[in-house]
Parts: sequence; structure tokens; C-alpha cells
Amino acid sequence: MIDVFTVILIAVSVLAGVLAVVLGLLGRKPADVTILALVVVELLLLAQVVIAIVAPIAGNPPTGNLGEFWVYLATACLMPPAAIAWALTDRTRWSTVVLGVAALAIAVMAYRMNQIWNVQLG
Amino acid sequence: MSSQRPVSPKLRGPARILVAVYAVLAIAATGRSAFQIVDRFGEAPIAFSLSAVAAVVYIVATLALALRRDRLAWLTIGFELLGVLVVGALTLLAPAVLGLGDVDLLDRAFGREGTVWALFGLGYLCVPLALPVIGLLYLARTRRPAVASAG
Repeated sequence: MIDVFTVILIAVSVLAGVLAVVLGLLGRKPADVTILALVVVELLLLAQVVIAIVAPIAGNPPTGNLGEFWVYLATACLMPPAAIAWALTDRTRWSTVVLGVAALAIAVMAYRMNQIWNVQLG
Repeated sequence: MSSQRPVSPKLRGPARILVAVYAVLAIAATGRSAFQIVDRFGEAPIAFSLSAVAAVVYIVATLALALRRDRLAWLTIGFELLGVLVVGALTLLAPAVLGLGDVDLLDRAFGREGTVWALFGLGYLCVPLALPVIGLLYLARTRRPAVASAG
């Protein structure tokens, strides 16, 4: 894992999440800005996938449980597409909030992923 | 999907967020408990089993809410509220009952043996405690006479 990247992933996810929740509650339907924000989060997650594959090979192996890490990462990767699909099929303000909920959940999952990768387990 | 049809106009409103948050929690709890059971079931069999039950109930509750199967939603969401209260209290006061007697307090929610209901859902920002309350309030407010099983 690269700590700086995790910080970026969490920061962007929180920003995207707060943006979408606020815009949704203000009554905005899903629009380019909110959907693209989730696309950016997904791209960062895919970059995280590449990092997680390369890091152990490049001499940065996890001290925690790699399997558990991948369960989180794989699940996180599925969430933006699911939220965007929801937003495209149900074009109401509430779908904008759903986009935000997905992004905020990803922020929490990214934090957990970093913990699982780094924490020394028995 | 029947969930896309306006089964109830209410579901087109903020209830969609309830369903979305339930879906996220269902996925999170299912993934974590499935991994714990495959990886290290022997370390805390009671806690991990309860966690798996919780995960399945979250999935059923999500579907029940989405499809407006109100009776099933009442049952599953009520079960969750009971579960988070009982398991939350046990992990706080009597962890040995769940086989977590020698696990540090915060690790019961965040650590290797952490589960969704532990310490009232603290590991999930207490969403597991707040969600069933919101869910039951929602069901009570949108209660439909007679057609409840038409979903």
C-alpha cells in the first residue's frame, strides 16, 4: 500500500460523497458533475487494484491479511458502477444522494483496507 | 425488476436512500463475515455465526424494503434492532458469552474478531443501530392498510 494514495482516495471519495449528498438534498437530479465524481472514485479504485498487485512484487508486502484486503477492494470497485446504474435508471434527486452514500461508504472501506494491509495480525 | 415500478409512490422518495444504505450494509456485513468464516471460523465461532446471520437478514431486509414486502420488512428489521441491542450489550458487558472474553474492547468491533453488531455497530459508525430505528419509523409512517401483502 502507498499511504499517500490511500489519503488521496479517501479525500476524493469524501469530497465526491459530500458533494453528491448536498446536491441531492438540494434537489438536484444526477448530473454530469455527480456521476463523473463517482467515475473519478472508480478510476482511483482501479489504480488501487494495480498498486495492490504491484506492491508485494516491488518489495512492499502487506503485514496484514491480503485476502481480506481483496474482499474489501473488490467490493468497493463494484459500488460506483452500481450507484451510477441506479442514478441512470432512477433520475430523481434521491439517486444523487445514493451516489453520495456509495462514495462515503468507499471512503470508509478505503480506511479499513489500509488498516488491514498494515496492521500486524497474530 | 418490480422494484423499479412505482409499487408505492413513497418508495420513489427518500426511502430509496434507506434501501441503498441497507444494500451497502448488507454487502459489507456479508463480505466480512464470509471471509471471517472461511479464514478463521475456529477463532470466534459464535461471533462469526451471528455475524453471518446478521448479514443474511440484512440482505432479506433490503429486498423486503425494496419490494415493499412490509410484513417481512417488519420482521427482519425488528430482528436487526434486537440483534444489535443484544449483541451490542453482550460485547460491551459480557464478551465471554460470545467467545470474545480475551479480545480487547475496541477490537471486538474493529479487530480481527470484529462483527457488524459488536459494540452497537461501532465498527460501522453505528449505522447498524440507527438504520433499524429509521427503518421501523419509515414502515410505521407508510403503513398501508389491507394491501400490505400485495407487494
